Amino acid sequence: MTVATVPAPPAGTGKNPAPRSGRAARARRNLTSPWASVVALGIGLIWSVPTLGLFVTSFRARKDISQTGWWDALKPQNWGQFSLNNYQTVLSGGGTSDLSDYFINSVVMTLPAVVIPIFLALLAAYAFAWIPFRGSNILFVGLFALQVVPIQVAMVPLLRSYVDMGLNASFWVLWLSHAMFGLPLATFLLHNFMKDIPRSLVEAARVDGAGHVTIFFKVIAPLMVPAVASFAIFQFLWVWNDLLVALAFGGNTPDLAPITARLADMAGSLGDRWHVLSAGAFVAMIVPVAVFLALQRYFVRGLLAGSVKG
Amino acid sequence: MKRSISKGMAAGLGVALAVTMAACGKTEPNNNSSGGSGDVDCSVYSQYGDLKGKSISIYTTFVDAEGATYEESFKGFEQCTGADIKYEGSKSLTTDVLGRIEAGAVADIVAFPQPGLLQQAVATGKVLEAPAAVAKNVDTYWTTSWRDYGSVDGKLYASPLGASVKSLVWYSPQAFKDAGYAVPETWDDLLVLTDQITKDGDVKPWCVGIADGDATGWVATDWVEDMVLRSAGPAAYAQWVNHESPFNDPKIVESLEEMSKIVRNDAYVNAGIGNIQSIAATPWTDGGTPLLDGQCFLHRQASFYGGNYAQESATVAEDGDVWAFYLPSADPSIKPILGAGDFVAAFADRPEVVAFQTFLSSPDWANAKAKVTEGGWTTANNGLDKANLRSAVDQLAFELLSDPSAEFRFDGSDLMPAQVGSDAFWKQMTAYFAENKSEQAVADAIEAAWPKS
Amino acid sequence: MGSWDSLLLHPTTVGGKLLLMVIAIAVFALVMAVVLALADRLGRFPGWVTALVFLFPVLGLVCFGLIYPALVTIKNSFFDATSDKFVGFANFATVLTGSEFLITLRNTLAWVLLVPLLATGIGLVYAVLVDRARVERFAKTLIFMPMAISMVGASLIWKFVYNDRVGILSRCYVTVAGWFGNEDAQAPHWLMNAPWNTFFLMVIMIWIQAGFAMTVLSASIKAIPDDIVEAGRLDGLTGVKMFRYVTVPMIRPSLVVVMTTVAMTALKAFDIVRTMQGGHFHASVVANDFYTWSFNNHDAGIGGALAVLLFVIVVPVIAYNVNQLKKAEDIR
Repeated sequence: MTVATVPAPPAGTGKNPAPRSGRAARARRNLTSPWASVVALGIGLIWSVPTLGLFVTSFRARKDISQTGWWDALKPQNWGQFSLNNYQTVLSGGGTSDLSDYFINSVVMTLPAVVIPIFLALLAAYAFAWIPFRGSNILFVGLFALQVVPIQVAMVPLLRSYVDMGLNASFWVLWLSHAMFGLPLATFLLHNFMKDIPRSLVEAARVDGAGHVTIFFKVIAPLMVPAVASFAIFQFLWVWNDLLVALAFGGNTPDLAPITARLADMAGSLGDRWHVLSAGAFVAMIVPVAVFLALQRYFVRGLLAGSVKG
Repeated sequence: MKRSISKGMAAGLGVALAVTMAACGKTEPNNNSSGGSGDVDCSVYSQYGDLKGKSISIYTTFVDAEGATYEESFKGFEQCTGADIKYEGSKSLTTDVLGRIEAGAVADIVAFPQPGLLQQAVATGKVLEAPAAVAKNVDTYWTTSWRDYGSVDGKLYASPLGASVKSLVWYSPQAFKDAGYAVPETWDDLLVLTDQITKDGDVKPWCVGIADGDATGWVATDWVEDMVLRSAGPAAYAQWVNHESPFNDPKIVESLEEMSKIVRNDAYVNAGIGNIQSIAATPWTDGGTPLLDGQCFLHRQASFYGGNYAQESATVAEDGDVWAFYLPSADPSIKPILGAGDFVAAFADRPEVVAFQTFLSSPDWANAKAKVTEGGWTTANNGLDKANLRSAVDQLAFELLSDPSAEFRFDGSDLMPAQVGSDAFWKQMTAYFAENKSEQAVADAIEAAWPKS
Repeated sequence: MGSWDSLLLHPTTVGGKLLLMVIAIAVFALVMAVVLALADRLGRFPGWVTALVFLFPVLGLVCFGLIYPALVTIKNSFFDATSDKFVGFANFATVLTGSEFLITLRNTLAWVLLVPLLATGIGLVYAVLVDRARVERFAKTLIFMPMAISMVGASLIWKFVYNDRVGILSRCYVTVAGWFGNEDAQAPHWLMNAPWNTFFLMVIMIWIQAGFAMTVLSASIKAIPDDIVEAGRLDGLTGVKMFRYVTVPMIRPSLVVVMTTVAMTALKAFDIVRTMQGGHFHASVVANDFYTWSFNNHDAGIGGALAVLLFVIVVPVIAYNVNQLKKAEDIR
């Protein structure tokens, strides 16, 4: 966030820095009211109730699930109902292929699909933020507006192009498609951050005779780490949880299909195998949650940094 | 209806899978049935020639354990001919397949889950006419009506694959015995029985559930079709499905009214679940559950629902926990049967594709498939040996399908244009339950949705 | 040929897939390097040439993957179901005169307005509440969790909330009704009775998106310089007033970004409506109708017309953003 990366803002100039920070610390303490925490935790718990329901369900047998509410299973006399059968079914794969194949596919599909749009959007954001040219704003807004195009309209035209190029049913089409669909948001967010990097820093580098490459890597890139990490997690969540793009362009084969496709299949269909799907949803969730926890510190400081005036 | 065959099958196989796992703690149940695949009798496959090094791709709606039985049923063909079958099953086939055809990215062979979709595919001009050998098999092993479902404008494009029977009413043989009820022989008997059940106890007789996510309503369309067959008759049914008579024809509205006698009578539904409105909110997979604990006596649902009961640990057999009887018609001399099925068509005519397509239309495949399937699958291929079917209800369905006195009619919503068959018809029937919309208003609204040209 | 194919296009082994993944990332890193190197040599050219070099990869991909398909869709909206015959505005006429159209439009507007407002509002309040609290991290993770769940999982989760028999909301309703003496109360069918069912479907979206809003807004709140907070305190601002006069104005740009992003998502979202109850019971939205016509009914004409309608609905959202962008430029 800007506070971390940019020299302290000029406000409060008349004051002695040391007491100021002391007072701020006091303000901090004063703001931490215990009841606010209680209310927050309350909301947090309400938010978690639906997920908790699924979690409890994932340990129950189909018959119990469709006959009694999941809260019934929490009563001590019903604890005997809990079993790991659903997880066993999920982890054994159920079909002809091992679950790990699909897991690898998900990883292989996701990483480039996150990295590629970041590379490209960084370049675009740099141009929008630091190279003045006519029509810059119109182009930027146009790009941003493209977020509204539903992915579904692109399916058939894109598939046809991919077939013509001979790329059909390969990872390349998945990476390219995810990159394309992620670019408007990526450019929008990264630009929002980049434009608020103090002009003075860039100007100073220019005066020193630095070209675009130097400015990009020496000045801009280090400051962009938090923003990139933030976009990365959103794109990661989207790609990891995607089913639509993978099935439309890749197909449901063990060579390409991601873990979400496998899990959706395991449900048999929505409704008749709730019990398996409930366990599957948690298995699929492990990786995104781990990534969130790992990137959380960047995330918290990133994304919007740009839109806040330091 | 849409996708429902695969649903039932998946449910059935799920049980098989769970049971196997519980029984022997194995985690790869699919290998169990392949035990004997090493010593396949290759003589039946010699007619397909040597296809070593050739590969054939097939795209179906069958996934997971159910998809595995298909792959299993191809093993003999692969071993004896040397061909490699590339199998892809996807539940999104119905939404994806036309786009894939248009983009030129479609598999060699596609199993269409309903004739309506096959017709749309044929309209693209990319589907190849069935080769002579396939046509010969279809003529030999299927009735002409089945040939017609795989044909467009008189030309055969696709051979039938699996089939299901919808005109069944599930009941508990034990509960019937205890109460002294007999399986009804006519529609009127059924109404009398229904009334009797309400008088005898404080339970309602019928349980129904039509919710199914984005396919909510298909169960109700099956009800309507069965009623039209019984109330208006098979001839009127054909006209109605082909839109030679309007959807809101008085005969159809009458059939709907006949149906309302049961499913919109608060004294008769929704047993063990709630009021009439609850029918629209109850998942179809839960619709028949109350039958197991005596809260419901009658549940009209297709043969594949047996898989659901098996999943609830119930024995599906004539002397078991649940069994099904034929939904009787008003006049017992006419025996209309409502059913559905899937059809395979080819997009390539390489020799190996033709050979595989021929195999799929032969009794060789049907028997191989029956042997590796625990339950939830049957076919109208009369070359199938009934004894190879491993579940009792599949055998019952096969008997009905091959009963010469029965008049088989294909699920109408699968034959109607998608705007009607898998959109307006579903939506309006849902409103019929949820909003108590009148029979006439329902029929009028569906007629209005019929494509103009 | 075969080996190239399995190396670069269709790897079947784990190692092959991972290798291809590395190759792909390297290829695009190379693209980036080429662009930068090229840009440096263009020093003497006008700005727009350099800018174009930087923008080329993004614009190229976006033209190919979004603009071209969008144009095809707009074209299709003036043709018949199989895109063979020009039909003028007939598809639009069909859409606009449909018996359910006004209801669908009303629902869509409700989604586009209420989901961003509520998701952002809840996210904001939550972010303020947990800010500097001892349990901050844990509390944030709770709210963020729904974002990590796939749509398949989320729709299942909410079945256990709204279901008549095994849904917790239905159970709570019955229990509360019991407290008030109504012993045999029946919970309503939450997802069946219009117009409230639209609200209950929106709750799912809000549940997911509040995590997004909270995370982003929390970051902005932390970026408010302590001096400003301090100045506010010296002016006697506390609690709600501090929130109203300091916090909200300071994070205004973030609020706009969050609301816009959530609004776009809400406008396009059809999977919740579709998987929860198929768009029945007068709860459909334009995006769901678009999907039904395009992929269920296979009518590219009407499907296209509905997609065009989506593009039109978003115009005010874009206009608002352009306005905000201009204001920001002025400040700068």
